[in-house]
Amino acid sequence: MTRFRLELIVDPVACEGRGVCAEILPERIEVDRWGYPIVDGDIAPALFDHALLAMRSCPTQAIHLVERAC
Amino acid sequence: MNLTEEAPTVATRRLLHGLSEAADPRLAVHHELWGVLRPDKADLVAQVDASGLTGRGGAAFPVGAKWRTVAGASRRRPVVIANGAEGEPASRKDAFLLARAPHLVIDGLVAAACALRAERAIAYVSRASVSCLGDALAERQAIGLDPIEVEIFEAAPSFIAGQETAVVEALGPRRTAAPTFAGLSSIRERGLNGRPTLVQNIETLAHVALVARFGAAWFRQLGTDTEPGTMLLTLCTDEGPMIAEGVFGSSLARTLGLGRRELGASGGVLLGGYGGGWIPTDVFLGLPVSEKAARRAGGTLGPGIVAVIPENVCPLAEIADVARYMETQGAGQCGPCVYGLADLADGLERLAYGGPGGPSPDRLLEVCDLVDGRGACRHPDGVAKFVRSGLAVFAGEVNAHRRHGACTATRQGGALPGTTRATRRKLVSRA
Repeated sequence: MTRFRLELIVDPVACEGRGVCAEILPERIEVDRWGYPIVDGDIAPALFDHALLAMRSCPTQAIHLVERAC
Repeated sequence: MNLTEEAPTVATRRLLHGLSEAADPRLAVHHELWGVLRPDKADLVAQVDASGLTGRGGAAFPVGAKWRTVAGASRRRPVVIANGAEGEPASRKDAFLLARAPHLVIDGLVAAACALRAERAIAYVSRASVSCLGDALAERQAIGLDPIEVEIFEAAPSFIAGQETAVVEALGPRRTAAPTFAGLSSIRERGLNGRPTLVQNIETLAHVALVARFGAAWFRQLGTDTEPGTMLLTLCTDEGPMIAEGVFGSSLARTLGLGRRELGASGGVLLGGYGGGWIPTDVFLGLPVSEKAARRAGGTLGPGIVAVIPENVCPLAEIADVARYMETQGAGQCGPCVYGLADLADGLERLAYGGPGGPSPDRLLEVCDLVDGRGACRHPDGVAKFVRSGLAVFAGEVNAHRRHGACTATRQGGALPGTTRATRRKLVSRA
C-alpha cells in the first residue's frame, strides 16, 4: 500500500511575493528580505486546513499543495 | 548495428580526429574519415546505454537514461532537439564542432531521432553556426541521405538560451492546454507542443554518431569505467580560446598544456563557466579530466570550460564583472533571483572597486544562500556556486580589499569574456 505525504511547493515564476501564504501559515512559511516565501514544505495533518487555505488564498495561484508518495 | 572496418583504435582524438589537417567540413571528407552511417533504430538506445555516455551540455546526465524516459513517456511521437545555443561566453567547443564537423553532429541527431521514432528533428544553434549547418544539410539533402528532415532554428545570443525549458519555449508552445505548474512535469515527458522532448547538446550527439558506428565497447576503450570516452574542453586565456579533447581520467592540466609556469602566480582557475566554480591552482594541477573529481574538489567541469585569468588582473574585479553580467542574463521571472543577483553584484562591485570597508564575505554568502534553489531554473544556483568558490579561493584578496580598498590590478580588466568590461576592451583594441 502506497503512503502519501503532503507538500507545499511554490511556483517561483508565478509568485510575486505578496506574502498572503506566510500570514496564513507562519508555522511553515517565512518571508525573505525581498518579500518572497521560504517554505518548509512538509505538511503534517494538523496543518492541512491552513495549507489548503494558503493555496486558495494566493492572489497569483503560485503555491500548490501536492501529494508525494513516500 | 553498422560497424565499419576502420574503427580508430588508439586515437585519443575522437571528435577532433582528422580535424587539424583537413579541417574541411564537407560531406565527402566526413565519409572518408568516418564512413557512412545508416541509422539502425532497434539497437541504438541499448548501445548508448551500454556506452555510459553522459551529456556534454554541462549537467553530465546519463544519455541512455534520458532517452529511455523520452521513449517511454507517452504514445505521442517525440521531438529531438540538438542544442547548440552555447550561451556561455567562455565556451567555444560547440561552435567549433559545428564549423569543423557538422556532419558528425547531424549524424547523431538523425540517429537519435530514428532511434526514438521522433516526429521532428531540430537543430537549435547560434547565429554564427546557421550557415555552416545549412550548407552541411544541403549536401545531405542533395543525396537524400537522411530519412527525416532536420529543421534549423537560430538561438538568441543570451546566456540562458541553451537552458532546456528556454529552448522549448523558444521553439513553440509547450503546453497544448491551460498552463500548468512547470515543476510538476519535465520537458522529457511534456515538452514542445506537449510532446516528449529530448534536448541534447550537440557534442553529445557527435559522440552518439561514433557510438552508432563503432559500438559501446569501442567507446569504452578510452576513459575510465565510471567515466568512459572523451570530452571537448574550451581553454579560455588572455590569448583567446583554444579547443582540446580530453580523455577521462588523464591529466586535465596536461591536456590543456597548462603547467605552473603558464598559470603563474594566479591563485585559482575557473572551471565550468560562470555557473561553475573556482579551484585553487594547486588542486587544479592535480585534477584528472573527470566530472566526479571536479565535484569532489568543490567544482564542476560543466560544458568543459577552463578559464585562466592573467596575473596582473584582479580576480575580485573579474568576479564582480561576471556577477553583474549574470544579473543581466536572468530571465527576470523569479523574485529571489532578480533581487538577489542584483544585491550580489552590488556587493561584489563595492568590494572589488570601492574603498576600504567593503562588505564582509559572510554578508555576501548570506545572499548566496538566499538565491540558491529559489528560482525556476538553476541560474541563481550557478551564480551562488561561482561567488562562494571565488570568495573562498581568493580570501586573501578579499581581506586586502576590505582593508585597503581596490588594488592596482583592478585597472586591468575584462579578462573573462562577455562582461561589460571585456566587451569594452575588445572594442578599444580594435579601434
